[in-house]
Amino acid sequence: MNKRKIVIIGNGISGITCARNIRKNDEQADILVISGETKYFYSRTALMYIYMGHMKFEHTQPYENWFWEKNRIDLLQAWIELIDFKQKKLICHNGTNIYYDVLILATGSKPLMMDWPGKHLNGVQGLYSYQDLQLMEENTNGISRAVVVGGGLIGIEMAEMLASRKIPVTFLVRESNFWDNVLPQEEAKLINRHIREHGIDLRLSTELEEILDDGEGNVKAVLTKQGDTIPCAFVGITIGVMPKIDFLKDTDLEIGRGILVDPYFRTNMKDVYAIGDCAEFKDSIGENRKSIEQVWYTGRMHGEILAQNLTGPNEVPYQPGVWFNSAKFFDIEYQTYGNVPAQIPENVETFYWEDQSGKVSIRFNFLKHSNRLQGVNAFGWRLRHEFFDQAISEEWTIDQVMEKLDSASFNPEFYKPYHRLVLDAFNKAMGKQIRFKKISFLHKLIGSRA
Amino acid sequence: MKKIQVLGLGLFIVGLFIFSYIPFIGQYQLEEEMVKTVVKSEHEEAMLRILRPMYSESYHSNFRFIANFNDLFDEYNNDLKRKEAWDEVIWDDYAFPLTKAASDSAVSQYPLVFLTISVVLAIFGGLLYIFPLHRGEPEGIKNNGIYFSSMKSRGLLGIITGTYLILFYVLLYWYPEYITNLVIMVDPLSKALSGQEASQWFLYGLLYTMAILVMGIRMFRKYKGNAYQTIRTGSVMFFQVAFAFLIPEILMLLNKPWHDFKNIWPLDYSFFYDYRIEGMVSSGALGMFMLVWGIILIVIGVPLLTYFYGKRWYCSWVCGCGGLAETLGDPYRQLSDKSLKAWKIERYMVHGVLVFAILMTAVTIVNYFMEFGLLGQATNQLHSIYGFAIGAAFAGVVGTGFYPLMGNRVWCRFGCPLAAYLGIVQRFKSRFRITTNGGQCISCGNCSTYCEMGIDVRWYAQRGQNIVRASCVGCGVCSAVCPRGVLKLESADEEGRMNDMPIIIGSKSVQVKS
Repeated sequence: MNKRKIVIIGNGISGITCARNIRKNDEQADILVISGETKYFYSRTALMYIYMGHMKFEHTQPYENWFWEKNRIDLLQAWIELIDFKQKKLICHNGTNIYYDVLILATGSKPLMMDWPGKHLNGVQGLYSYQDLQLMEENTNGISRAVVVGGGLIGIEMAEMLASRKIPVTFLVRESNFWDNVLPQEEAKLINRHIREHGIDLRLSTELEEILDDGEGNVKAVLTKQGDTIPCAFVGITIGVMPKIDFLKDTDLEIGRGILVDPYFRTNMKDVYAIGDCAEFKDSIGENRKSIEQVWYTGRMHGEILAQNLTGPNEVPYQPGVWFNSAKFFDIEYQTYGNVPAQIPENVETFYWEDQSGKVSIRFNFLKHSNRLQGVNAFGWRLRHEFFDQAISEEWTIDQVMEKLDSASFNPEFYKPYHRLVLDAFNKAMGKQIRFKKISFLHKLIGSRA
Repeated sequence: MKKIQVLGLGLFIVGLFIFSYIPFIGQYQLEEEMVKTVVKSEHEEAMLRILRPMYSESYHSNFRFIANFNDLFDEYNNDLKRKEAWDEVIWDDYAFPLTKAASDSAVSQYPLVFLTISVVLAIFGGLLYIFPLHRGEPEGIKNNGIYFSSMKSRGLLGIITGTYLILFYVLLYWYPEYITNLVIMVDPLSKALSGQEASQWFLYGLLYTMAILVMGIRMFRKYKGNAYQTIRTGSVMFFQVAFAFLIPEILMLLNKPWHDFKNIWPLDYSFFYDYRIEGMVSSGALGMFMLVWGIILIVIGVPLLTYFYGKRWYCSWVCGCGGLAETLGDPYRQLSDKSLKAWKIERYMVHGVLVFAILMTAVTIVNYFMEFGLLGQATNQLHSIYGFAIGAAFAGVVGTGFYPLMGNRVWCRFGCPLAAYLGIVQRFKSRFRITTNGGQCISCGNCSTYCEMGIDVRWYAQRGQNIVRASCVGCGVCSAVCPRGVLKLESADEEGRMNDMPIIIGSKSVQVKS
């Protein structure tokens, strides 16, 4: 293989996964990863834990610093201002030119912002980057109330972060229940309760109207569309993220909301690819999949597949398998496998079970006529990824799933056997007599997994 | 912090201060009678003569008393050493028992009062602080602010605590004569339990057990809702109280040798020493049981239980060192070094200690059967080197004193020969592993950060690889702190233990393996 120079812009999970996998398959290539944010790769999803004092920044770095030199992956901390696609040249913020043979854009996202009056005031910010975290540290120092706007994953994390510092939080959510554009009613309400259990002033069906100035350019309060004024010194804007592609706007690169790519992550420019949060698929990549995927796992898949395509004998298109995702809402973990939309479709039947504690639940969606499993939502209950990947891709019926539910749990040992309660409830609701396979005492004693 | 907790913390600190001050009070006056009762008959004449200048002399501090004693005693011994009259040199350490006998203070008059205003007060204060912890908070991970805490992130408070612990261990192991008042203070307890006067080891055992109990309750508060952590903590509390503390004392009461039935060679490095063997052999059926039980644990118990459950059955459920690490040491678990370099050092050190312990024991046993001929000198040398360097300095001073500096498992990770033995079994022949959950890892680093053994758990988790490591003690905290449900401690079929799962389940395009 000839020695080529592969330059990756962005050292998040997509870019780094791609760099590592290129190196695994290609001893020769020069690999350079450029990021203006931090020199070393860190886990973006762990930013909240730095603020909460669970970890320090260095703990969020998945690889020790010697790793990059050992694997001959060059790192450069710089912002790219401009790309000259004709000359295959990158221009850095300090004027340096960098030439590439292959360019991979993995620039990630930036917080979405709306045109609210007062959005530029000190104390108003989103949370995506390391710099955002540092700013939040400054902005929240010694304040007596914070407002978080936007009921999604980053919003609830921000509320948790602030609450960990004992800062009172008012949480404005436009929807009538938390994240109910993704979660079905029952689950969304379960999380509503948990948010309030943590002392958060959760305001549903509430939108931001204006951010008020204290006269010196700082936040004084927010005004809601309902007319309430909430005094605060910090406003977290967490209504979503969008591809960070501003520096590519006036080039020949084809962009929509993100950088437009085909299923091979190819852009319209030769030898230029885009992966991760910043990529937008021109054509649908599958039923129920979004054209921009802003999830850790998909970013990692993008990186792996592109690396394979750049180094392997034949190129393969991006074909994601069964969808999965997870999150943690304060103390309640959430996992989902397959397709569980917020609104249950006509042809789908759903079985929902909630523990009497109100903190553990599971939902199975299956087709009305064939009983084939479509998707699962679990709260406060860890499930085995392998199990549901198989069950959904092999289209098990709901009865088959229930029969084996005892081996689907991934909770730690000695936890309450929720699967029994679920099976009882299912049998009762459906008038069925499904039983788990008996496990002998000896097998239980030595802890054999079914 | 609630008011009651502030009060508790205050009482704890007052108790700790009184405890630390007690060694410095009282007067010391040596009489001939005391020397006669304390020293062995073969030394009686010499000791009576050596210490003559001290009789009826009143000392106002133990420093003066001990200094005078050491001067006289060393003068005698050094003289003999110069003459190379090795047989006449007195090797026994009489400083501790004589200082204890000569002590005359309020402590010896009212030991229980002093016990109450020091240890009991500190325990009471500690409990006042601990019981309200996380009250009214929902179940969940309670790691907020750990890295802002001076105590828990190697700040000034942590360094002070470490220094205090190190000093305490140095006094306990090598200069117990300076803390005789503390031992006198627990005499009545010791007498009630075993009918014998307390030694510094009784004092240590008592404090150790109390630390595990009080901090065990803290574990219940901190990990409420986590059944694995709760049951495991209950287990170490039980084994400490029953097996390490009460049963050995009761054995003493019955005139049997002190024996901890859950301690296993080579952690219990003196198990094959001649005095231990003789003690057991000469104690009838119970003594024989001790010997046979000890050997069964070594050759059958360890491999069998480790095969089924991993080394956790011992290290984080039964062991005394593990028990202290998992309770008193829990606030410091994040301070262990996770670097690859530390792992390399760990492997050399822990297996080096294992080899040392095996060699020493082999020489001891050979020596035993050669009836203390050729190897007598070598055996004694080895015993004293091991006892000093490994048994005291490493396991005690470094092992516990370094909790606030290098994490709570320094000894278990770098030094414990039994952990090394258990680890070899766990690595090569066991059903235990930490299973990772497909592609759910987000590389956040909580698992690695809170691994007390310094395992870079994330390294495996993010590539969908099960964690099979010799050092894992199965505390389960990586699984507890994982925000995405990726880790599960499992004992299951050996097949699939070292899994070959693609990094992400969920991609049909390529299957990238670790």
